[in-house]
Amino acid sequence: MSEQKPLVKVTIDNITIDVAPGTTILNAARTIGGDVTPPAMCYYSKLEGSGGKCRTCLVEVAAGSTADPRPMPKLVASCRTTVMDGMVVKNCTSERVKDARNGVVEFLLMNHPLDCPICDQAGECHLQDLGYQHGKEGTRFEFARRTFEKIDIGPYIQLHMTRCILCYRCTYVADQLTPKRVHGILQRGDHAEISTYIARAIDNDFSGNMIDVCPVGALTDKTFRFKNRVWFTKPVDAHRDCTTPGCCGKTTLWLRGEEVYRVTSRKDEWGEVQSFDGKPGWICNSCRFDHKKATDWVIEGPTVISRHSVISQGHYVGMVKPAETIEKVMDGRTPKLLMDIHSVSEVNTKQEVK
Amino acid sequence: MAKKLLLANAHVPGIRGYEVYRREGGYRSVEKALKTMTPEAIVEEVKKSGLRGRGGAGFPAGLKWSFIAKPEGVPRHLVCNADESEPGTFKDRYLMEFLPHLLVEGLIVSSFALGSNTTYIYIRGEYAWIVDILETAITEAKANGWLGKNILGSGFDCEIYVQRGAGAYICGEETALIESLEGKRGNPRIKPPFPAVKGLWGRPTVVNNVETLAAVVPIINDGGESYAQIGIGKSTGTKLLSACGNINKPGVYEIDMTISVEEFIYSDEYCGGIANGKRLKACIPGGSSVPILPANLLLKTAKGEPRLMNYESLADGGFATGSMMGSGGFEVLDEDQCIVRHTLSLARFYHHESCGQCSPCREGTGWMKKILHNIEYGKGKMSDIDLLWDIQRKIEGNTICPLGDAAAWPVAAAIRHFRDEFEWHVLNPEESQQRNFGLAHYADPSAMHVPVS
Repeated sequence: MSEQKPLVKVTIDNITIDVAPGTTILNAARTIGGDVTPPAMCYYSKLEGSGGKCRTCLVEVAAGSTADPRPMPKLVASCRTTVMDGMVVKNCTSERVKDARNGVVEFLLMNHPLDCPICDQAGECHLQDLGYQHGKEGTRFEFARRTFEKIDIGPYIQLHMTRCILCYRCTYVADQLTPKRVHGILQRGDHAEISTYIARAIDNDFSGNMIDVCPVGALTDKTFRFKNRVWFTKPVDAHRDCTTPGCCGKTTLWLRGEEVYRVTSRKDEWGEVQSFDGKPGWICNSCRFDHKKATDWVIEGPTVISRHSVISQGHYVGMVKPAETIEKVMDGRTPKLLMDIHSVSEVNTKQEVK
Repeated sequence: MAKKLLLANAHVPGIRGYEVYRREGGYRSVEKALKTMTPEAIVEEVKKSGLRGRGGAGFPAGLKWSFIAKPEGVPRHLVCNADESEPGTFKDRYLMEFLPHLLVEGLIVSSFALGSNTTYIYIRGEYAWIVDILETAITEAKANGWLGKNILGSGFDCEIYVQRGAGAYICGEETALIESLEGKRGNPRIKPPFPAVKGLWGRPTVVNNVETLAAVVPIINDGGESYAQIGIGKSTGTKLLSACGNINKPGVYEIDMTISVEEFIYSDEYCGGIANGKRLKACIPGGSSVPILPANLLLKTAKGEPRLMNYESLADGGFATGSMMGSGGFEVLDEDQCIVRHTLSLARFYHHESCGQCSPCREGTGWMKKILHNIEYGKGKMSDIDLLWDIQRKIEGNTICPLGDAAAWPVAAAIRHFRDEFEWHVLNPEESQQRNFGLAHYADPSAMHVPVS
């Protein structure tokens, strides 16, 4: 074991914690969790070099460190700023941060097509969550949203460039998981797009992980396309002995009945791939796209979705049935007639009067 | 007649060639530096001179040099930023085109000071013909023993390479320049680490503007202290200004930062007054990114003192009533020019040049352009002006690199100082289409102008 460096103290939203030196503000905030954690659209802890681009994780540094307690003049990207001993960070307690974050969310949604009703990512989309938490009602943008020419990037992955927020995560996946990157960002500014040059299919054993890291519906699973809504499917943890080197074989199956609709890697509460034995649990395309029978897998049990999202609706363990509130709203009187409808066909059948 | 340090010999016939340049006293500083000075002494001399970065930010060059990390066994690099793409700025072009050896000389001395054995000139792609001029100068310098192995027997090796950019404004940002030089997409890096620690290929790197490096030559020749005596306060030495717009004599001028803005515009030595007998309406004193100022605030500060052409005086009053020295692109607008149209053309530029890496700049610049386009073409609403203000406020300071700020400031300043012209455009859509001159009253020698918000 190398020599342990002393922990540094950092105060985020008035909560003081000790973290290892070199930790970023975002990761320190994640150890606290809850509202203290800034949202992150482009940072992905398992991808080296990611982050700093989306600017949703901006925080205010009220004091740089014990040694130099001056505040930082600008808001800083918490995902790429390391903590210093005695640093005081303001996230949800800072009006400046709230204002800037509202602005960033507005910028991100400005050219977003908002086609959630037909988007496969809906329900597990980070931009939906972000918009819900930080966005404002209505839009001030009165112009045509930008569009792109459609390109086909292969049989497994569907690219919807209009939904992309240019987080660059998928390029890092291609750089760090696959031997050769064949896609990247073309053009610049608001006409920048993810593309292959010139029209090549992304064909690699690990390309499917691009779908998992995509925070929005820009990269979705073609084999799951328009098959189901994620909140109707039930996630279960499963594994198989995968022979592909680098594949961890531990996945989440998204079932409806006995049918496997989709296979993804297992995700943690930040929507990132879980680590197993210190290694990120990336899965290969064979696991993801070719093994869609429940018999291919050893099912471990239901997945607990720890993310605050609509997909946790699929929970069926530890579910607490909400209490009846009708008596409360009726000032303690019990209703004389209560239709207890279980199916549409029951509506017209005679109800028992209680 | 102000003292000229950089352009003193610019009009000597054949100065572009080595023979004439050497005859006029060229390469003296290399002899002096390599034979009699240590690298530390040169850095010290530059610190003493008070030379400030001429690329726009005005950061003290000597201080920047002293930040460079010096780990054992790791090469260091000096990169010359010749990616001069700021609209209205063309001083480096002039310098490189007519005095290429001055830059080469400055580069050799600076490379020696920083310990850079491989030095790069990253030149804007559009300056294609200057690449040939520079490469000829480098070949000549090498043939005469100023470059290569063991220069002047000092044991110092140095090579200079010229690399052309591919036409992106963003590559003038130092980390984007480094990325581009490495052969990657020119996206600015997230700082820290700063280039002085991890720059080109992960090695300590200093990136300096052409003019800054050229100014090292007179500093070494005459000593840092005598350089510091020119100018006022922290604005030492001479500065190249590229004047353009509605003036009688556009061009590159070398000033010693003691003259007033009024003198610079109206004297025959410099701009020679406003063209066609018109009146001055507004001016961008330091390249398109810096805030625009109306005539009365340009000539006098908010305190009523005459404004001088130097870093401090131009910035006097902050952004509320001042501007910045910037890169020295002096753009003058006469009374017939429309501020809305001018702001639109700047917004269009920044929209086109945003790299698209971080969201506020990527989306915000396009949005501002579209709104300004509407106002300019008679389709604007009153609420658009406040919306523009809000957008620029949300871009400024929230981006990775200064391009976001550079895009936000011109819009902010235009609204701050010329709000009624925007309102006039909204209220008089038809007239503004027929007679797109905006409002001329800013040229009136009125009482002190009070900026809006």
